[in-house]
Amino acid sequence: MTATTPNTAAPSPAAKTAKPKKLSMKARYSALTRDLDWEPTYVSEDEMYPHTKYEGIKIHDWSKWDDPFRLTVDAYYRYQAEKDKRLYSVLDGFAQGQGHLTLADASYLNAMKIFLGGVTPLEYQANRHFAYLARQFNGPGPRFAALCQSVDEMRHAQTEIHTLSNYNKFYTGFHNFLQQHDRVWYLSVTKSYFDDALSAGPFEFLIAIGFSFEYLLTNLLFVPFMSAASFNGDLPTMTFGFSAQSDESRHMTLGLEAIKFILEQDEANVPIVQEWVDKWFWRGYRVTGLVAAMLDYMLPRPVMSWKEAFELYFEQQMMGGLFPDLALYGIRPPKHVEQAIWEKEHLSHWLYDTLYQFSHAANFTTTVPDAEHLDWLSQAYPDTFDQEYRAKWEEMRTLDEEGKRFTFPGLPELCQICQVPMTFKVNHDSEHIAQFHSDHEGEHYNFCSEACKWIFDREPEKYRQAWLPVHQIYQGNCGGPTIPDVLAWYGYQEGDSGEFVGGVDDQNWQKWHHQIEDKLGKDA
Amino acid sequence: MTEKILDARPVSVDLQETENNRALITAIEADNADLVINHFPGVVKLQAPGRLQINRESVEAQLGRTWETHEFQMAIITLSGNISEWDEDRIVISWGPRVEDDEEDED
Repeated sequence: MTATTPNTAAPSPAAKTAKPKKLSMKARYSALTRDLDWEPTYVSEDEMYPHTKYEGIKIHDWSKWDDPFRLTVDAYYRYQAEKDKRLYSVLDGFAQGQGHLTLADASYLNAMKIFLGGVTPLEYQANRHFAYLARQFNGPGPRFAALCQSVDEMRHAQTEIHTLSNYNKFYTGFHNFLQQHDRVWYLSVTKSYFDDALSAGPFEFLIAIGFSFEYLLTNLLFVPFMSAASFNGDLPTMTFGFSAQSDESRHMTLGLEAIKFILEQDEANVPIVQEWVDKWFWRGYRVTGLVAAMLDYMLPRPVMSWKEAFELYFEQQMMGGLFPDLALYGIRPPKHVEQAIWEKEHLSHWLYDTLYQFSHAANFTTTVPDAEHLDWLSQAYPDTFDQEYRAKWEEMRTLDEEGKRFTFPGLPELCQICQVPMTFKVNHDSEHIAQFHSDHEGEHYNFCSEACKWIFDREPEKYRQAWLPVHQIYQGNCGGPTIPDVLAWYGYQEGDSGEFVGGVDDQNWQKWHHQIEDKLGKDA
Repeated sequence: MTEKILDARPVSVDLQETENNRALITAIEADNADLVINHFPGVVKLQAPGRLQINRESVEAQLGRTWETHEFQMAIITLSGNISEWDEDRIVISWGPRVEDDEEDED
């Protein structure tokens, strides 16, 4: 333990240029985190930390955990307070200046409705569970890192709710998001991811959230999407996004430190961690499908396609950069990664199609992409869009113009693991819908992919309990048998769902912008 | 610094493109050869082969005021690479095995 190491260290080479200070950054970190730890005397270590052994992970020396950020409480609160100050001045200016009228289009906010119901409650879940880890880990280093992350996650939930509450004054679909998170069919995709992680052990949670979610998902979600928010006039979202993501860089580092620390401690940990990497890569990847649809279809001014974001943040940075490092510890790339790479050409098209067909039962509205948007998609997906997807949207437009806007007249079959409607195609065969099955104790379970089936077969006792919205509706647990019954149980209101064009948000948007034009005069 | 780049896998940091961060970006640009800079709305992505270093003294020279390396947390959006060193004078991002700096100057 650092607390008992005698101070025999030579001055570091950097010392001659360092400013005179009371303690070096490393020494301060040590004094304010590690040195505050104590050995239990009234109880055994196992009694004090009862949850860190049952997963089979062996840790021999908790002091080997490193925090490269050298974060201490005083520095942490000073910089977090400054981040909040900057964010809230942007929020204030935007609200006072009627900034919502400067958005690219009201349809942009549909993406933020998905974000509020699908992501913000996860921040709160992360806050709760990192608080638990901050109590349960044996070492003071990981405990303190988990404590900071717990406070960060609370800040993220609060700033996201504050930011989006401004839109809730003017637009539909933002109210009641917590109830919706617990009940609405498509939000079960993100909810089940976190429920799965929360009901795992502490080390698996760290791989699920610290590694997979923070390292894989937040880059794909926060960076290109928040950049796009700025491009669509939503400065508050861009600001909370980047403010949150600046914490994520610390969280990613915690995730990475976690995985390396566990792997370095004992050879026996490697196969356990490998299975978690395999599982949580795929679970996380399936959740990012929502982001793919948001990036490619829900931004009036698109910035970066899903394919481009996936190539940059996943293939280049993770597969090209991170996984060669993990190979040194005996970790290979995730089991089903090759399928995800193939799907990058297709994923957003499949999922927006699903959101379009079911938006009459969602808290957002959708519409057929306009001609300019379809051209952008052709250019972003030169090998697949015109060949496989454009005709579908042109057909939808024709139906729309004939007054027959298409909605799916039934309920979709859901994958038992990822809970996404079974819309995915067979690997390397985009003509055929994928269907995988397992039988367990006389019950039949369906999956969207070989990977989801693999996850089920590994832990059938866990996933047989999945709360699948469609099954629950059929069992009579969701307000009643008809669509209006279910929508009432979700807490939906007029304008929350359906077609965007001609809907409540679209009509208000037109009205408010006409008022501005009237005041200015047409040629102003 | 004299460390050889043994591994040229690109490392990167994505920073918020703000007035505050302009001096920081200029300092990083001056101190890192072969830096590739890409602009996205609100974001600037700085990418370098193998290793990227941020020096307190260079940032202070650009800013014209004192700057603590912890302040980097206000600018960063995301990174690719390991944080191999972070002390009061510099931040180093690189791939490869961890730099063994812990034992010598703890406490």
